Amino acid sequence: MSLRKFITNKTTAALAVLTTVFANTSVFAQDAAAGAAAAPKVDMGEVYKSVIFYILVFLAVCLFIAIIGKAIKVYELSREAQGKPVGINWNRVHASLFALFLVIGLYGVYWEYTVHGSMLLPDAASEHGKKIDRMFNLTLIITTIVFVVTHILLFGFSYIYKYSAKRKAYYYPHNNTIEKIWTIVPALVLTVLVLMGFLTWRSIFFKVEDPNNKPLQIEVTSEQFKWSIRYPGADGIVGNKNYKLTTATNTLGIDFKDVNSRDDEMADEMVLPVGKPVKLILTSKDVIHSFYMPHFRVQLNTVPGMRTIFEFTPTKTTAEMQQETNDPNFNYLFLCAKICGSGHYNMQKVVRVVSEAEYKTWIAEQKTYLNDDLRKQFNLPVAPAPVKSEADSAAKDSSAVKTNQMALNK
Amino acid sequence: MSTIALHDEHNHDHADHGHHKETLISKYIFSMDHKMIAKQFLITGIIMAVIAMGLSILFRIQLAWPDQNFPFLETFLGKWAEGGRIKPDFYLALVTIHGTIMVFFVLTAGLSGTFSNLLIPLQVGARDMASPFLNMLSYWFFFMACVIMMSSFFIQTGPASGGWTVYPPLSVVAKAMPGSGLGMTLWLISMVLFVASSLMGGINYVSTILNMRTKGMDLWKMPLTIWAFFLTAILGILSFPVLVAGVVLMVFDRSFGTSFYLSDIVMGTDILPNEGGSPILWQHLFWFLGHPEVYIVIMPALGISSEVISVNARKPIFGYHAMVYSLIGITVLSFIVWGHHMFVTGMNPLLGGVFMITTLIIAVPSAVKTFNYLATLWRGNIRFTPAMLFAIGLVSFFISGGLTGIFLGNASLDINLHDTYFVVAHFHLVMGSAAIFGMLAGVYHWFPRMFGRMMNAKLGYLHFWLTFIAAYLVFFPLHFLGLDGVPRRYYAFTEFEFMKKWLTVNVFVTWAAIMAALAQVAFLFNFFYSIFKGKVAPQNPWESNTLEWTAPVEHLHGNWPGEIPTVYRWPYDYSKPGHDADFIPQTVPFSQTMSSNLPHDFEGNEEAEKIQQEWELANPVTENKG
Repeated sequence: MSLRKFITNKTTAALAVLTTVFANTSVFAQDAAAGAAAAPKVDMGEVYKSVIFYILVFLAVCLFIAIIGKAIKVYELSREAQGKPVGINWNRVHASLFALFLVIGLYGVYWEYTVHGSMLLPDAASEHGKKIDRMFNLTLIITTIVFVVTHILLFGFSYIYKYSAKRKAYYYPHNNTIEKIWTIVPALVLTVLVLMGFLTWRSIFFKVEDPNNKPLQIEVTSEQFKWSIRYPGADGIVGNKNYKLTTATNTLGIDFKDVNSRDDEMADEMVLPVGKPVKLILTSKDVIHSFYMPHFRVQLNTVPGMRTIFEFTPTKTTAEMQQETNDPNFNYLFLCAKICGSGHYNMQKVVRVVSEAEYKTWIAEQKTYLNDDLRKQFNLPVAPAPVKSEADSAAKDSSAVKTNQMALNK
Repeated sequence: MSTIALHDEHNHDHADHGHHKETLISKYIFSMDHKMIAKQFLITGIIMAVIAMGLSILFRIQLAWPDQNFPFLETFLGKWAEGGRIKPDFYLALVTIHGTIMVFFVLTAGLSGTFSNLLIPLQVGARDMASPFLNMLSYWFFFMACVIMMSSFFIQTGPASGGWTVYPPLSVVAKAMPGSGLGMTLWLISMVLFVASSLMGGINYVSTILNMRTKGMDLWKMPLTIWAFFLTAILGILSFPVLVAGVVLMVFDRSFGTSFYLSDIVMGTDILPNEGGSPILWQHLFWFLGHPEVYIVIMPALGISSEVISVNARKPIFGYHAMVYSLIGITVLSFIVWGHHMFVTGMNPLLGGVFMITTLIIAVPSAVKTFNYLATLWRGNIRFTPAMLFAIGLVSFFISGGLTGIFLGNASLDINLHDTYFVVAHFHLVMGSAAIFGMLAGVYHWFPRMFGRMMNAKLGYLHFWLTFIAAYLVFFPLHFLGLDGVPRRYYAFTEFEFMKKWLTVNVFVTWAAIMAALAQVAFLFNFFYSIFKGKVAPQNPWESNTLEWTAPVEHLHGNWPGEIPTVYRWPYDYSKPGHDADFIPQTVPFSQTMSSNLPHDFEGNEEAEKIQQEWELANPVTENKG
């Protein structure tokens, strides 16, 4: 009897709270509406910026949840007191929510694939990139099928096999055949992916050089927070470097005793002839950076004290890509993908892929790293002397020795 | 064997008439009782999780609104957010400390520390850990590690900010960034203490499981939770020392001028004297721990979810042996896959190919586990307790995040995905969200065991649905940023034309993250309120088979007042046909369940089989009914 009284009290109390809250909010709303009508130019910008506003909103939400919680409790208690079955069958609620989540979730995934999926990088602009894209698509198809099927099973089972007092679960501790199947099938699928991945990986990093189509050497040096590009000059060879030679005028520490270095050219952007293999020699001055050229599917870290090499062949010019993407401002670029300090988020350079002819005119305009100051420093004749290619091999050996001596002298 | 028996006897005495006065300090602070230490780990872990989550909200705010000022940030952060805008250096510090805290302090110590400590003695039937004193030290080392890590927020140059992987030279050369000064030193000290803590814990867990199981508890009668904690502890014991070795070398490089990781470095025009080292060496040492570490994080969560799913589906876990073998497989394989973090770091490409093969093999045991979970749910009788909801959520995240791992484990695909947001999305789903959900499932499930009271289920439901939805809203879209080539750890997306289209997605993700963070308020309130005011828990609230529910609700040192119960059967006899209840605790002998015994139960014991046959002949009716 007293319990019943208690419940009725509680019900009335809860109802009173509810009505007060709703009445208040509606009154406030009316007030606000009236206020808005009277003075429509209230600047809410400051209010939306203040922390207190959000704290109040949050507290209001908490209060609202607490009220709902109390209401549910009152409802359940009153059902119990009346001897009816327990108010809310939460097992059914959750089972239905999982089913709903499955449907909405699958639609969400579809939406993501179509909307965000269409905002991604364009097709690869390099030879090996096409292989990578193909493999990506295959992996995407396989994983998407598995993703959808397993989620249908997971949430489907959750929905179908929700608790019922009338039923007992099916005692099914194991089945070796099924277990073998679902060990072997993923193993086979993964074997296919591993094989493809392994072969592609090998074809990217273990290239056989074609003597008739020697790759263009370009050296890229990273430092906090910029890139320097070095073209090999007429001899096609990027010359030696020694970090101990670094000065304010020779920021890369290029060793100009090495004849191959003397004609090396600097560039503000990376210009590549289309269809010609490029051999990137990546180095770093200070910390690890990562040379990342997303459009070409090229990435390799630049590590101080180490040369890393990535070879690839661009297949589409910038102009072609601008047409393909329907974006006249499109530009290839490379950027830093390894945390390297405060300027990490803005280390970029433009890459232009052009025809062979355009490349030749562009490269002819570039200046060499070697300037008069450096000539004096390295005791070289100040008047630009044409580099003799016959002397190359002999000079190379002696320069290597000299470098070592220089290093020792320092 | 005799020493163990002695030990047991001693404890037995202790429990019987060892009512010496417990002081506040010996009971709550320097406690040597595994249940109290578990609570200490849990509450410290929760506090650290809240801090790390707060840090993530700070940098999400920066990512969503890179060009707006938030004056309240300056109020809290001072010069690190001058003008209400977080500075790039501090942004990186936030990212670094968020990662470090979440991976090590929350998901390693908070998860393993809590549940290994709580459940190992209770589920294998021991009075306490093998070495309670070491156990206490383990917590206090962990606590000190937390304090030191947090103290780096109160120094002039700020916390370590080279990413949680602290790659040298960035983290070693103090000139490279402000965080590489004192902040990095504190990070290293904190890590050494942390590793010491987890080693003490791990050795304790392994020795307790191997030596102190109760009568009848052979290895194949252990719950999957114990298997998971056992293998996790072995992983930790074998891999954490390698991290310490790496850390010590780094301390030498930073403070004593050695060159283990440094060579040929020029800061601007300042030529450093270091020669002959290699930054790649650190990466090998770090990831030799770092990859097992992600399994150290996920395996206890998988163990917990196995137990929770089986109990609440009222069904034996499907393929118990396969579950154990796949855990063992993961344990072994996880030592030979570390190189997949280094495909594009300049490591010899030949190694890349090898690591790709081992990495994709590890997907097989993971797939087996997933399918076994699904088979366990099939034709179950599922009760959606909050713990069960979180366990199902874990399976969903484990699938979603595991599948993207197939992309990243493939060296060729990794070229374009490495260090992009795709990686961020991948590991936040598979080890972040999944492991956190495992931890939450464990908290909801064993809260009655820890505190003798029940948590509020409805707040648990609210907590689950908000968190589950928000986690997907946060991490699913991030995959697409990565596929578009947006690198991680970028302070702002404003400097690149192609990233600007993702700014609106960033705003959306930040709101989802804020929603997820606020949903945790429901949990925190529920947790702390229920410790004091929750409904008093019954002896076995989930009608579970395992041993911990036979111990009295009131805590006592030594766990069981009388003799430790004997175990007769495996822990998963749920809904066994022929038995009236839908669960049979491990302590019930087969002689009491003649109507439900199966030939398989006797493991080739001929005498028992004979008795069973005789009984079945005598009671044919019951047999037909079964």
